[in-house]
Amino acid sequence: MADAVVVHRATRASRIAGVVAVVVVLVLASFPAWADPSTLRLFVEFACLLALAQMWNLLAGYGGLVSVGQQGYLGVGGYALVAAADLGGLNPFVCVPLAGAVAALVAVPTSKVVFRLQGGYFAIGTWVVAESLRLVASNTAAVGGGTGTSLISIREFPKAMRESVTFWIALAVAVGAVAALYWLLRSRHGLALTAIRDSERAAASQGVDIAATKFWVYVIAAFGCGVVGALYFLVNLRISPDAAFGVSWTAFVIFIVVIGGIGTIEGPIVGTLLFFVLRETLADFGTWYLIVLGLVAVVVMVRFPRGLWGYVAERFDLHLFPVRRRLTADGG
Amino acid sequence: MIGWIDTVLQGLLLGGLYALFAVGLSLMFGVMRLVNIAHGDFIVLAAFLAIGIALGVPAGPALLLAMVLPVMIAAGYGLQRGVLNRTLGKDILPPLLVTFGLSIIVQNVLLEAFSADSRGLSAGGLETQSLRIAGDLAIGWLPLITLLVALGLTFALEWLFGRTTLGRAFRATSDDPEAAGLQGIDHRHVYALATAIAFGVITVAGVFLALRTTVSPSDGPGYLLYAFEAVIIGGLGSFWGTFAGALVLGVAQAIGFRLDPGWGILVGHLVFLAVLLVRPQGLFPRTRD
Amino acid sequence: MSPLLATRGLTAFYGDFQALFGIDFEIHAGEAVAIIGANGAGKSTFLKTVSGLLAAAPERIVFDGRPIGGMPAAAIVRHGIAMVPEGRRLFPSLSAEENLLIGSYAKRNGPWSLARVYELFPALREVRALPGNALSGGQQQMVAIGRALLSNPRLLICDEISLGLSPLVVTTLYGTLPAMMREGLTVIVVEQDVGIAQRTTNRLYCFQEGRVSLQGRSSELARAAISTAYFGSGVAP
Repeated sequence: MADAVVVHRATRASRIAGVVAVVVVLVLASFPAWADPSTLRLFVEFACLLALAQMWNLLAGYGGLVSVGQQGYLGVGGYALVAAADLGGLNPFVCVPLAGAVAALVAVPTSKVVFRLQGGYFAIGTWVVAESLRLVASNTAAVGGGTGTSLISIREFPKAMRESVTFWIALAVAVGAVAALYWLLRSRHGLALTAIRDSERAAASQGVDIAATKFWVYVIAAFGCGVVGALYFLVNLRISPDAAFGVSWTAFVIFIVVIGGIGTIEGPIVGTLLFFVLRETLADFGTWYLIVLGLVAVVVMVRFPRGLWGYVAERFDLHLFPVRRRLTADGG
Repeated sequence: MIGWIDTVLQGLLLGGLYALFAVGLSLMFGVMRLVNIAHGDFIVLAAFLAIGIALGVPAGPALLLAMVLPVMIAAGYGLQRGVLNRTLGKDILPPLLVTFGLSIIVQNVLLEAFSADSRGLSAGGLETQSLRIAGDLAIGWLPLITLLVALGLTFALEWLFGRTTLGRAFRATSDDPEAAGLQGIDHRHVYALATAIAFGVITVAGVFLALRTTVSPSDGPGYLLYAFEAVIIGGLGSFWGTFAGALVLGVAQAIGFRLDPGWGILVGHLVFLAVLLVRPQGLFPRTRD
Repeated sequence: MSPLLATRGLTAFYGDFQALFGIDFEIHAGEAVAIIGANGAGKSTFLKTVSGLLAAAPERIVFDGRPIGGMPAAAIVRHGIAMVPEGRRLFPSLSAEENLLIGSYAKRNGPWSLARVYELFPALREVRALPGNALSGGQQQMVAIGRALLSNPRLLICDEISLGLSPLVVTTLYGTLPAMMREGLTVIVVEQDVGIAQRTTNRLYCFQEGRVSLQGRSSELARAAISTAYFGSGVAP
């Protein structure tokens, strides 16, 4: 009689990591009570980049879509916040998810156009879209044109409350992005995505609807980037086309991805942490800091195509957020 | 009416410059399916190399070009052989991330060396001279020469690809690098040659750019987008297609600028997106089964 | 007389998967040797190691006294081994004639020229300007063979040239083998069609699961022995 085969999801390392994660989130949630404002702001920026990196991870790591234009949706999110809150009179905090929805809506027709392109050309095509959005914003006087504008309506709220709520939104965004990716990838949708990533043709022959899957991945990623955009300008208050649609957003995410690798969930977390460490230590060196980032990206990518974390994870079989299923014979 | 003809004319001449940008990108993609995100930054680098030499040595544009060409061509060969060849494979991510990293490096090295000011090259008066065609219509000599050089380079590349042994090797390697190896073609060397040639074209583009307008270190990505749009509008697989696409883009931008200065570049983007939506294979694709 | 090509204890791996388990093989100048075997027996793997498409230990493959294991394909062509790959693998971006011409990229001296190839395969003259993949299967195979000949090899390897072709075309193709060999060519033929392999070669090797299961003079091997060696476990012929 054949042994029964058991499907395992968790590993010992992942169970420990899970506990640690819950503790960390609880501690973070208490920050607004005792941490100083600059720390709160730093965390918001961290959350923004982490969420962006996870969106990129979803697109490239699982959807096989390498986009260099996600800053377009970030900008749409930021401007949607300013328009809805200042011009539309809505509660700025409520506008955060709304901004995501607006970005997702923009992504729907956009996908129709950019999906005509493949690979590297798709990447640059998304950049063209982002640039087009930037130019539209630059030419729209209602939101300040080329020089931009400020988020005014937020001033109605007292400072401490503003900072706390924004922080908790950031925490929700960070946790949400990681959790959403984790949940998505453990589901059968995640299997479909991994199948597409590994081999489109094989996936299609198994009944996976490639076009629909890519579409939803693209739209969800746009939503995430839109939310990040709104969140960022909720804190930074001053928005301009260059700040909102600048390709440097993608540059930073790319660095994070190079370090952390894609295709894992903990990779972007590791990458974002390292990015911030580097940023804080090298901030005074201006252009040299960016040159170092670029050099690291080139060297790491040539030597470790799966990213530094990807290499470590393979080498030491370390999977903290396991999305794979291990098969063992009963008793394993 | 004359105003519109003039706009189209200026657009065509602008397209000549864009053709210089685009043809190198088309070459690299055609041979090794590599999209070099730092393409525009290398054009700017070539421009600044010429500008840098001109700061110390009194030399005309032709001499500057002759001095920068060997450096850039060697750099292209070395870059492909030493770095980019290692990124080529089934995964599309490494070449994109590496060339993105190169883009950041080039921009910031130039920023360190030259500061953020925009600079240009002098053509000894040629910048302001023009050729009168009819009535009020005039074409600048420099834009005209740029267009003619672009035409010549496009012709030369088509000839290289279609009629020479190296061109055959390029096409064969692009089709099937492993089978090409079975014919004695070392694909690492062939790829590096392709990049070397592309960098030669990039150098010409950079020098003409600096003659025509001032350049600043962060201008690269913009030029990458124009080059890319020209290639897509024109259609993949043909240098003439890329040349035509560049002219279309130039005219689109010129018309946009005439409508409203803030809309110039945007009209170019919109035409590109429209072509992508309506005729994704481009206007003049070379059908290849 | 030492062999033109010899392998001793040749092993080959695809990642962790071992495909060849110690192949001893040799061919002398002027010979025609066939390699037969079922799919997955290791024939193509063996050819890949000899032609440089798959890594091997240097001293395991010796060609004309020189260890060539692990050398890149392009270098091996320059030393005088040419392969007609399985599936032809013509270049779609090149015309039929350009496909032939690319064969001479390695610039080796020898009797083969474009004119001589057209003499060998007159049917190609009419289709010389067509793109490589617009030709019929038989014509493509002729181009693939001609392309390999134009590198003026000392050793020609033909990987399953009968695949997908009608018996008449296959006979015609194999009919040109003597003419090629008169020019001093040594030939290895990999075939699924055991009959034609036996008829057109001097000696024959049978591969089975990465090992040599039978070898001998083509004219002397009996069908029963070949069947056993081919399938590995006394399957009735």
